[in-house]
Amino acid sequence: MKNIIRVGAVAAVSALTLAACASAPEEETTTPGATADSTATATAEAPAETVDFKACMVSDSGGFDDKSFNQSGYEGLTRAESELGIEIASAESTTEADFLPNIEAQVAAGCDLIITVGFLLSGATVEAAIANPDVNFAIIDDLADNDYNGETDAPNIKPITFDTDEASFLAGYAAAGASASGTLSTFGGMNIPSVTIFMDGFLAGANYYNEEMGGDVKVLGWDGADGQFTGDFSDQSKGQNVTEEFLNQGADVVMPVAGPVGLGAAAAVQSAGDAWLIGVDSDWTVTTDYADIVLTSVLKNIGNSVFDTIAETVDSGFSATPYLGTLENEGVGVADFAEGAVPEEVLANLDTIKAGIIDGTIPVDVS
Amino acid sequence: MSEQGQTTEAAPEEEAPQESRSRQVLREIAESSSMVVFMAIVASMLIGGLLIIFADEAVRESAVYFFSRPSDTFSAIGDALGSAYSAMFNGAVLNLQAESFAATIKPFTQTLTMATPLIFAGLGLGLGFRAGLFNIGAQGQLLMGATVGAYIGFAWDLPAGLHLLLAVLGCALGGALWGFIPGVLKAKRGAHEVIVTIMLNYVALYLVAWLLSLEAFQREGSDNPISPVVAETAQYPKILGVQFNLHLGFVVALLCAVGVWWLMERSTLGFRLRAVGANPSAARTAGMSIGAATIITMVIAGALAGLAGSAPVLGTQKFLTDSVAGSLGFDAITVALLGRSRPLGIVLAAILFGGLQASGPSLQVNAGLPVDIVVVIQALIVLFIAAPPLVRAMFRLPAPAHEKEVAA
Repeated sequence: MKNIIRVGAVAAVSALTLAACASAPEEETTTPGATADSTATATAEAPAETVDFKACMVSDSGGFDDKSFNQSGYEGLTRAESELGIEIASAESTTEADFLPNIEAQVAAGCDLIITVGFLLSGATVEAAIANPDVNFAIIDDLADNDYNGETDAPNIKPITFDTDEASFLAGYAAAGASASGTLSTFGGMNIPSVTIFMDGFLAGANYYNEEMGGDVKVLGWDGADGQFTGDFSDQSKGQNVTEEFLNQGADVVMPVAGPVGLGAAAAVQSAGDAWLIGVDSDWTVTTDYADIVLTSVLKNIGNSVFDTIAETVDSGFSATPYLGTLENEGVGVADFAEGAVPEEVLANLDTIKAGIIDGTIPVDVS
Repeated sequence: MSEQGQTTEAAPEEEAPQESRSRQVLREIAESSSMVVFMAIVASMLIGGLLIIFADEAVRESAVYFFSRPSDTFSAIGDALGSAYSAMFNGAVLNLQAESFAATIKPFTQTLTMATPLIFAGLGLGLGFRAGLFNIGAQGQLLMGATVGAYIGFAWDLPAGLHLLLAVLGCALGGALWGFIPGVLKAKRGAHEVIVTIMLNYVALYLVAWLLSLEAFQREGSDNPISPVVAETAQYPKILGVQFNLHLGFVVALLCAVGVWWLMERSTLGFRLRAVGANPSAARTAGMSIGAATIITMVIAGALAGLAGSAPVLGTQKFLTDSVAGSLGFDAITVALLGRSRPLGIVLAAILFGGLQASGPSLQVNAGLPVDIVVVIQALIVLFIAAPPLVRAMFRLPAPAHEKEVAA
């Protein structure tokens, strides 16, 4: 036993030693004059010119690696750092007790714009915004209207919300066309508005298909008021079970609206072999390993909205005008459809429907 | 101890020797010397420092050419550690960069604020440990306390003072109920409290999630699972003025610590609870009711954990969600162990943990470190506390008397 440890230790030390043998970076071994040059190069490589602006972000308890809205938001922040040349800082909340301290730490660190992710941070954001009127805030997926008077509670908060149902309407319509069995299914993580808005649009889109094309497509898992929920946003095995149940009932398209739980649904769809999956939030042909079973994805471009908000604030100053992601401004959308999965005729109608949703002639609510 | 358990245990209970072994472990952890505890904290800070070094990008980049120019690596290490520990200090103790006096002392008040729920829940758990009950249910008890307290806070309309008092009592009541269930199951049916309390944590979690799906627990005009804000009459007043988050709950927590100390050290009931914890067979022989002691302990422990729920819903966050408990119930186990189940120790341990948590935002924002470092340091403290021989070996501390006997 001791020998094994010794051998292991020697191996580890030699590995470390070898790894540490690389030569030092050149620019610093050269003369001071050259150093100045290399600094100049470094600056040239840096994005445009460095702007004196600090954008900060606070996550909810999901953290920035949640493969969902915290992560999308963070991607927007890092994109702003590299493309706009601003300074950024971020703070993950592990519990709700961290919300306000995290925001306060960012205020103290001199952040110009603080973006909070998720409706849970609403209270803390409003409190901090009122206490720090000279700092600007933006909040994702919430209107920051905690007294329900229809107005944002502080003049220095910009609400960022999304009409996701417009995009999932298109997905529902196309899925109804693609389904061979005439049965679609969807389930959510929890029965909360930011989840069910996906399911509403999906159901409405399928119903619209039935009206227009004279189909008889059913949607399992959501009836416009209640439906199937796994109860959390983490347990993938629940997603798998629910999906297997749907497939047994004849569904051949599944749209999971439950963050990482959707990966369990993807596993179930893959083993079934003859069904489709619809991704949410991001393009699942890119962000997951299930590209070959993804019919399309309902995109909620949180990253873009964060980037746009920061860019606008840097360029022309802060505006508290609410940002609403729609099909029209490409805040929401659908990804490319799997080739050959959706009938040509249905695909051809999608542009008309999209235009109809944008000009308001096609209502996306469940009726 | 285990030999004693085997010889005196006349009742035909098969798990009796095992039971006494788990009690023995519990006691050893609870009674580890304060030197071991202190060294465990030092050791975890050191290992935490190593992690900070490895997590730092500048260090990793310069380590690649360590042998060409070691000074780069060392200065990067110095920078990483310096910025991390100064961010921790600035975030948890005093902010030396702040301009005003209030901003300078704000971090410490934040530490005390974060420590408040840990003091409550730690006291409850410590009480259970000393009575020989390994209660893992603080999480659920806290959640139930928070639910009842928050409901009284936002749904009832009462004058200031009375409203707060009732909301606080509601928190205690909710937790006490959730402690009573495993207590009575253990006393009457012998159900093991570890299993029952763990399961009740889930029951509490899903119960709260369900309650939050009801209109009565939701905000007007919203379907989000988030309760209305607790009325101002039911909120803990801020004791140092509005610019600090420290609220009256901290004072209540300190009063509870004094109360628990009096209960355990000065009252007859406390003596009974301790006797049952030290040796249930002897206590039974002496005519004490083990069942009654179990139920009383669990009810008091539950009430204290429930009071921990008052800190977020009546103090800092002021509304109820299903994640209001965070990981408080589990952190409190560490706090109770670290404080060696004694009220003063628990208060100090809670302040240490409160400080670690309060330093999280500053670590992330000012030093750019992942908040997980804090969690790792906490976990390492548990690890070292749970393995006293390891700490003693590392720092060459003498073994305590009772262990020498066992070894001999």
